[in-house]
This record gives sequence, C-alpha cells and structure tokens, in this order.
Amino acid sequence: MSAVQPEERLAAALARLILDPSAPPARHIAVGAASPIPAAACWLVAKSGHPVRLSLLHKRSGNPFTEGSRELFDLTGQGRIDLFFLGGGQIDGGASLNLIGTGEWPGDAVRFPGSFGSAFMYLMTPRTILFREEHSPRVLVPHVDHVSAPGTSPPEVFRRGTAQALVTGRCVFRFDAQRARFVLESVHPGESLASIRTETGFDFDAPAEVPVTPDPTEAELALLRGPVCDEMAETYPDFCARVWGRAAAA
Amino acid sequence: MTPSSPEALAASVPDGALLALPPDNSLPSVALARALVRRGARGLRLLGVPVSGFATDLLIGAGCVAEVETSAVSLGEAGFAPRFSAAVRAGSIVVRDATCPAIHTMLQAAEKGVPFMPLRGVIGSDILAHRPDWRVVQNPMSEAPDLILLVPALQPEVAAIHAVMADEAGNLWVGRRRELATLAHASRRLLATVERVVPGNLLEDERLAAGTISATYVEAFAVAERGAHPVALLDEYGFDAAYVAAYARAARTEEGFRAWVDEHVFAQAARIAAE
Repeated sequence: MSAVQPEERLAAALARLILDPSAPPARHIAVGAASPIPAAACWLVAKSGHPVRLSLLHKRSGNPFTEGSRELFDLTGQGRIDLFFLGGGQIDGGASLNLIGTGEWPGDAVRFPGSFGSAFMYLMTPRTILFREEHSPRVLVPHVDHVSAPGTSPPEVFRRGTAQALVTGRCVFRFDAQRARFVLESVHPGESLASIRTETGFDFDAPAEVPVTPDPTEAELALLRGPVCDEMAETYPDFCARVWGRAAAA
Repeated sequence: MTPSSPEALAASVPDGALLALPPDNSLPSVALARALVRRGARGLRLLGVPVSGFATDLLIGAGCVAEVETSAVSLGEAGFAPRFSAAVRAGSIVVRDATCPAIHTMLQAAEKGVPFMPLRGVIGSDILAHRPDWRVVQNPMSEAPDLILLVPALQPEVAAIHAVMADEAGNLWVGRRRELATLAHASRRLLATVERVVPGNLLEDERLAAGTISATYVEAFAVAERGAHPVALLDEYGFDAAYVAAYARAARTEEGFRAWVDEHVFAQAARIAAE
C-alpha cells in the first residue's frame, strides 16, 4: 500500500482518541463545517464496526437534521451529543479558543470568521477533541486575544466536559482539566519534544520519553481509502480529490 | 397570492431594515440579495441565522450594510469572506458577534411572544462582554448556585429565503430545512423567492405539509429560477464551489469586487431582462 499521508495519520490518531476507553462513551458524534479530517476519523470508527451514530451537519443528501443546526444545539443542550470537534484561529495553553480575531475586538488585526456554536458546544458536550492542522506559535498562544469559548469554567457554571485532547499537524496533546494544562502525548514522525517546544507558544508538560504517533494500520488505510472516502466524497469533494485522488462527481 | 418580482421585493425592503438571512446550507435568497445590490440599498442591518455566507459578503461589498449580527461569516471551502474581512479592518461596519444557539434562541423567544429565553453555555465567552443586551442571572428554579444566560427576543423586520416552490395560496415548501419555520414565525415580514409555482395547496398533501411554511407567515414571493445559486438548494442543485472560489479571488480587492458585481449582478440581470 502506498505511503501514509499526513491526513490519514491524523484521522487515525483522532479515531483512537474517539475510542479511548478511559473517556466518556461516544455513542453520538456530531461533525460541523469544514472538518474533513475529523469527519474521516468518525467514518473510520464507524466503518471499523463500532456502533456510533454520526450526525454530519453539512451532509447534503440524507442530512439527519430536519431542523437544521438548531436541532444539533437542542440535542447538545440535552446532553445527547457525546463528542464534538472544535478548532480555533488561536488556541491557548488553558484550552480556550479564539474564533473572533486578533487585535482589538472584533478583530481589527486579523478577523477570523466568528465563534459559530463554540461558546455553547464546548460547555455542553461531555468531551471535545480540539483539532487544528497548523501548529505554530501564532495559533498555539499563551493566552488567546479574545475568548470565543473558555477551556475551563468555575463550579457555579454548568459544564458537562472539556477538551479531551488537541491534535495538530505536529503532535497529540492530552488536556488535563484539573490543572488546565496540556500534556504532550505523542509527536508525529519528524518531530521531537524540542521542535514542538519551538513551534508552541504556550507552556505544556511532557513525559521523559515522548512516543511517536503511530501510523494507521493496513486495515485502517484500506478503510480510509475505500469506504470512508466513498462516504465523504459528496460533502468534501476537494479533500477527497486532494488526499485520495478521487475525481469529483458532477 | 400573486407572484411578485425580485426587484419589487427588493424595493419593499427599506434602507436600514433588520434583514435576516439563513446560511449557505439553508436556503438564503441570493436572488433577493442581488436585487438589493441593484436597488442600491443602504444601511441594512443583517442577521445571520445563525451564520452568514455568500449573500452577506456580497451585500457588504456593495455598500448596502451598516451592521452584521452573526455567529460567523465564511465562504465555506472558499475560505474567509473577503469583503466582510475588509469592512471589519476598515471599521466600516458594526459587527455584533453572537453564537449560533443564541440566535436560534432569540428567534424562538420572538416566535413565542415572550421577552427572553434562557440558554446554557456561553458564560466565560468574551462574546458576552460585548453584548449588553444579554444577561447572566442565577437560575430562579435552583437553590444551588447556577448561573444562566438570558437572551432577548429578536424580531427581524424582514427575512429573505429561497424556497423550492410556492403554491397558488402562497405556501412555501422548504423540505427538511424546517428551522426556516422559526425564522418565518419570528419575522415581521417574510419575503421569498422560489424556483417555481405549483397548482393546488401544499398543505393538503400530507407528505409535503411538514416541509411547508404556511402562507400565514408569507408577505410576498417571486419566481427566481436558480435563486439560491451559487449556494445549494436541497436536492435541486448543489453548491457551485468554482463560482464561489472565483468570487473569493476577485473580491480580495475593492476593484476586483466592483468588476465582479458589474458582470454577475448588473450585466447578468440586464441580459436576462433583454431575453
């Protein structure tokens, strides 16, 4: 089988986090806009035979929601979505997210698109996996310029969960909610603790020996390149064409 | 109900109106947005329900907009919305940042005719610090400390959607995008463009009734074929990614945007009128 692509490694790493037996169970996962790699991870879990319900907000045919995104937020408000993915223009060492922008409010230096549902989803979902391919000091900052959604909350604020992990193009961090700090879990091939320190704007903990993020197995690669791609082609045609060479349908 | 025209619908939207638009995956009337650009609308206050896309960027670029209340503005896979970003940098529009479920909840309060509704989450977000109209209170139903957000009812003056079809009675069919019913219920005036008009009454067909917005809520509609283009319309047509990407490239500059609008909003309408 041809060489593992970075997107495939990220999808497999996300799939392992989804299936982590120490985390709350993921029976129903929702995937928002512009998230092809998290979507691939979810499909990989489903196609591996795990019973999981996937609700893809941007699926055009057969979209599971008949009341649009409002239904997603209502389900999440009740605690019926177990896992969601979030990212951010900035992510800080306390797992707070900034999707607003940099500079003065509302983003006079660089304006990001906006907070979407993050200010709600991050607090109301039992666990969130943070995902951002770009891993650089401009994205991973000590403190976000503006908080779209806070990484942790005081006890008088109702909150079901926090970040489980942060997956980037360079590594996997676990989030320790008690200490509100990230812990380096593994580095992708070609990276080291030193390179991660250089590219990360926030301080984090690390074990003495940092493992390398495993490659997807042959079975996982076969699923990603076959049935997972089949499921994704309609919603993410550009992604499927770029990563798997799948010609876009008319 | 007698069909109107997109130009007449646009003429009925006053400058400065609070105009609600659904996002690119939920049937915004791009045809009406184009007509508003041609009419030279000014000072519009746009509401993204709950986020904003192509039509919002187009209206901002054309100088029609004073304010945007939304949870995000984006062109999807084509990236950041270029005229929105430029307007924020220039400080030429007011942005009232929200988060998606808060916008849904404000509309649901308006739909019910109650002054506010509570919503979980959001506390700890800087969005709150910039929303003096949102309040955090102790949950009055709880003895234990429990803070909760209250958001006010929000009644758009006008909502603009593109439905698949209207019937002779003025009912609109929007398929599974039933969140548009809340927008219709909450808004003072619902203006719609549609692909086609069908005979009979959609509400008399049990299979279509659930996806139908009753004419009770519809002020006027106009036929505009491919009136959602370049965004998708249910299973009728897909998102035109190449068109939006070309727009995003052109609209990186003010001059590029002007040329794009001349070709795709003004010249195209003139060609259709001449046919």
